[in-house]
Amino acid sequence: MIAFIVQRLVQSVIVMLTVAFVAFALFNFVGDPIANVVGQDTSLEDRAKLRESLGLNDPFVVQFARFVGRAAQGEFGLSYQHARPVDELILERMPATLELSFVAALLALLIGVPMGVYTGLHRRGSLSRLLMTVSLIGVSLPTFLIGILLILVFSVQLGWLPSFGRGPTVDLGWWQTGLLTSEGLKALILPAVTLGLFQMTLIMRLVRAEMLEVLRTDYIKFARARGLTNRAVNFGHALKNTMVPVITITGLQLGSIIAFSIITETVFQWPGMGLLFIQAVLFADIPVMAAYLVLMAFFFVVINLIVDLLYYVVDPRLRIDRGTAAGHGH
Amino acid sequence: MAIDALPPDATARPRPAGRFRRLIDSELAWSFRHSPATIAAAVVTLVLVLSALLAPWIAPQDPFDLATLDLFDAFTPPAWTEGGDPRFLLGADDQGRDVLSAILHGMRVSLFVGFTSVLFAAVVGVTLGLLAGYLGGWVDSVIMRMADVQLSFPAILIALLIDGVARSVLPRDLHADTALYVVVLAIGLSYWVQYARTVRGSALVERSKDYVQAARVIGVHPLRILAHHILPNAIGPVLVIATINLALAIITEATLSFLGLGVPPTQPSLGTLIRVGNDFLFSGEWWITIFPGIALVALALSVNLLGDWLRDALNPKLR
Amino acid sequence: MPLLEVQDLRIELPTRRGTLAAVDGVSFAIEPGKVLGVVGESGAGKSLTGTAVIGLLEPPLRIAGGRILFDGRRIDNLPYEQMRRIRGREIGAIFQDPLTSLNPLYTVGRQLTETILTHTEMTPTQARRRAVELLGEVGIPSPEQRVDAYPHQFSGGMRQRVVIALALCVNPRLVIADEPTTALDVSIQAQIIALLKRLCREHGTAVMLVTHDMGVIAETADDVAVMYAGRIAEIGPVRDVVKNPGHPYTAGLMASIPAIGGPRDRLRQIDGSMPRLFEIPQGCAFHPRCPHAFARCTAERPEALPTGRTLAACWLHDTPEAVDA
Repeated sequence: MIAFIVQRLVQSVIVMLTVAFVAFALFNFVGDPIANVVGQDTSLEDRAKLRESLGLNDPFVVQFARFVGRAAQGEFGLSYQHARPVDELILERMPATLELSFVAALLALLIGVPMGVYTGLHRRGSLSRLLMTVSLIGVSLPTFLIGILLILVFSVQLGWLPSFGRGPTVDLGWWQTGLLTSEGLKALILPAVTLGLFQMTLIMRLVRAEMLEVLRTDYIKFARARGLTNRAVNFGHALKNTMVPVITITGLQLGSIIAFSIITETVFQWPGMGLLFIQAVLFADIPVMAAYLVLMAFFFVVINLIVDLLYYVVDPRLRIDRGTAAGHGH
Repeated sequence: MAIDALPPDATARPRPAGRFRRLIDSELAWSFRHSPATIAAAVVTLVLVLSALLAPWIAPQDPFDLATLDLFDAFTPPAWTEGGDPRFLLGADDQGRDVLSAILHGMRVSLFVGFTSVLFAAVVGVTLGLLAGYLGGWVDSVIMRMADVQLSFPAILIALLIDGVARSVLPRDLHADTALYVVVLAIGLSYWVQYARTVRGSALVERSKDYVQAARVIGVHPLRILAHHILPNAIGPVLVIATINLALAIITEATLSFLGLGVPPTQPSLGTLIRVGNDFLFSGEWWITIFPGIALVALALSVNLLGDWLRDALNPKLR
Repeated sequence: MPLLEVQDLRIELPTRRGTLAAVDGVSFAIEPGKVLGVVGESGAGKSLTGTAVIGLLEPPLRIAGGRILFDGRRIDNLPYEQMRRIRGREIGAIFQDPLTSLNPLYTVGRQLTETILTHTEMTPTQARRRAVELLGEVGIPSPEQRVDAYPHQFSGGMRQRVVIALALCVNPRLVIADEPTTALDVSIQAQIIALLKRLCREHGTAVMLVTHDMGVIAETADDVAVMYAGRIAEIGPVRDVVKNPGHPYTAGLMASIPAIGGPRDRLRQIDGSMPRLFEIPQGCAFHPRCPHAFARCTAERPEALPTGRTLAACWLHDTPEAVDA
């Protein structure tokens, strides 16, 4: 068990270093770091001095180490576009993105999983077929289009829900939440649905596919042959076995919600990290881009790690203890 | 399942003579003919692709020719609504451009980017997969590590990153010319992993088979072995992945363009059109964004359906 | 009265190219406590028959004709819930692959107690005690510890013992064993068959033993039914079928079993192969491969005719005495 954790940690560190390297490359080789700090008139001499003082003439490895050290503390310098420290900008925008992502993920899970189980169990029913057709459309709809459609119907035509911004927020120390006001909640609905819809359909199709696979196995057949009730077979056995692979894939999917929030935030002008990133890309604001990249990498690495650990907890076949007979298999 | 009690070929039919006959009678064709959804999807895809290809000739108006535009036509609603004009079947945008023509040309760009990026991803992925599977050793490790790292990030993020970096690296005036290639590169590079993995799996399986060993012993050149023996076995799954990938690529391109990062404004794709039209949603000119949206969904949906059918038809387990 | 009676069972499979008969007019009976072996090549329909008896045929397969009677009551047309109560409690089943028959995520004990609790009124503690007992009965060493182990922690032979325990845990009166030893090492096969034999004898359980291994049948069964292309070619007491086969197919099967010792010549075989479901010949299904076929065999499908002590579906036995008898 320990060996497993250590191995995964080492892998994670390697991934982080790779990403840090890419970010560092961005910083140093894309455009001229100096050019954004000085004006047109600065003499070549002064530029050279500036370069020296910023350590830009040091060997590559030294610069990289310095970068990694700073990055680990969350220090990415100043944004080219906003002229403010990058970490400040990101922290400011994080609550918005996290709240949105969390609500979207919740929606996707709470609706996607039960629907997946239902369509898996009642494979040929008419409701199942309907849901599968709708889900196919859901998977073919790009997120931004869903957002636009929702805006069209609920904001423009019906005027029920706001179509941009976050509404008023309540300050809780360093976190501003929009969840405590009804205006804030209303503003959250459309973006959360938009963000969660794609994942919801994916999860539903995934759960269904897994369920169907599991229902074809010999152990389910044997369970039925032993006269176990439908409930025991479907939920005690089939569902449990379905959940094992579903948990891992779902975990990864939900992680990507944070990345997809880029699109949703753009459509709804939601003041989160995603919007910040897009603006940075359009402006070629390297520090922000690099910081976002490293942050996302960290986030995904953590999610991957958690998911791996979950897998380990849930599937007894991975916990090989000493002195067992034959190996495992499926 | 009870049906497993029957040997695999219990219900198989002896193949009739003649290759064409065989195609028509094959399992593939049968499942195609008997699935109305798939037939509809194929028809829609065909219609859309053809109209996109023929756009320069069948579009009622050339949206790029500024001389034909008349600002007085701006914001004309669709032909069947009040205030509509039969010249502009789906209405006109803020510059007096015919929305239908814009869509036809836009589909051209969307499809071009879609197909080429899938091709690119497939070529890169299949090559790397073959190398990894056949050569094994450190080549395999390196390639698979790369794949693992990349897989932990959603494709859209990778595409965004590549596009953004290219943007920063290239001087501004080159942006418009190269944007198309950058997009293809970005999308292609975000999706190669699945091809690589599948092909690698296939290669690993085939590599250990006796006939491949025999070929190696005789001294057949590895490239020949790869091309003649290993590749044909991997083509089926690759096709399935490619079809599903196509829909994803089209959507990804649309997303990138919608965000302002994809194709250049001089060659608008469906995503660009949607973005431009989005500004007018609130003032009530919904057709400028909705019709391109419908075209996009129709395209993605029918390609997805085709991909689904292909996957089910080629899946040995479901027969 | 026979415990199980199958009368003229017909199982159909609708396919794209028409409806095929996977099992066509199969009839047999099993007396309480007896063992009926059902033998035949892959695809002859033996497993399907067993699956139909326990009511687990999955669509598109369906029972299209005939009846299945258990204890005199029809069970082939029972609603699902009623059949479910019979399954496990009255009719048990053992399948071929012990590796995939057990749910990998639950301990062996959990799977046992669950089955026991479903069919009896025991308390969980009692059920657990019974589970440990059962594991001991099937020969699992240290059952008190092993009861909390997961399936992957057992070897193949041990797993099949667990499967047997599961199938017999609430003492069904009939067990359908579908190729119970095919997936096991040869050395283990004999042990498992011996175990099954012993337990069924002790509890008076009847067995329908489906296999392609004639040796197992000869050792274990009281009666044997030889199936071919979805039909029964011959049925009768095991000694008689083996020593004096009445059907040319059975004779071919017996002859092709190599004997250790004895003159070494070429292995005998039956030329040709069993027809696939959509190309079953007219008349007798075996006639294209039969060395004794004559005109009638190609036209009329033979009924089961008495041949001494067995019944064989072969026109060779349609002698005047047989007709009168």
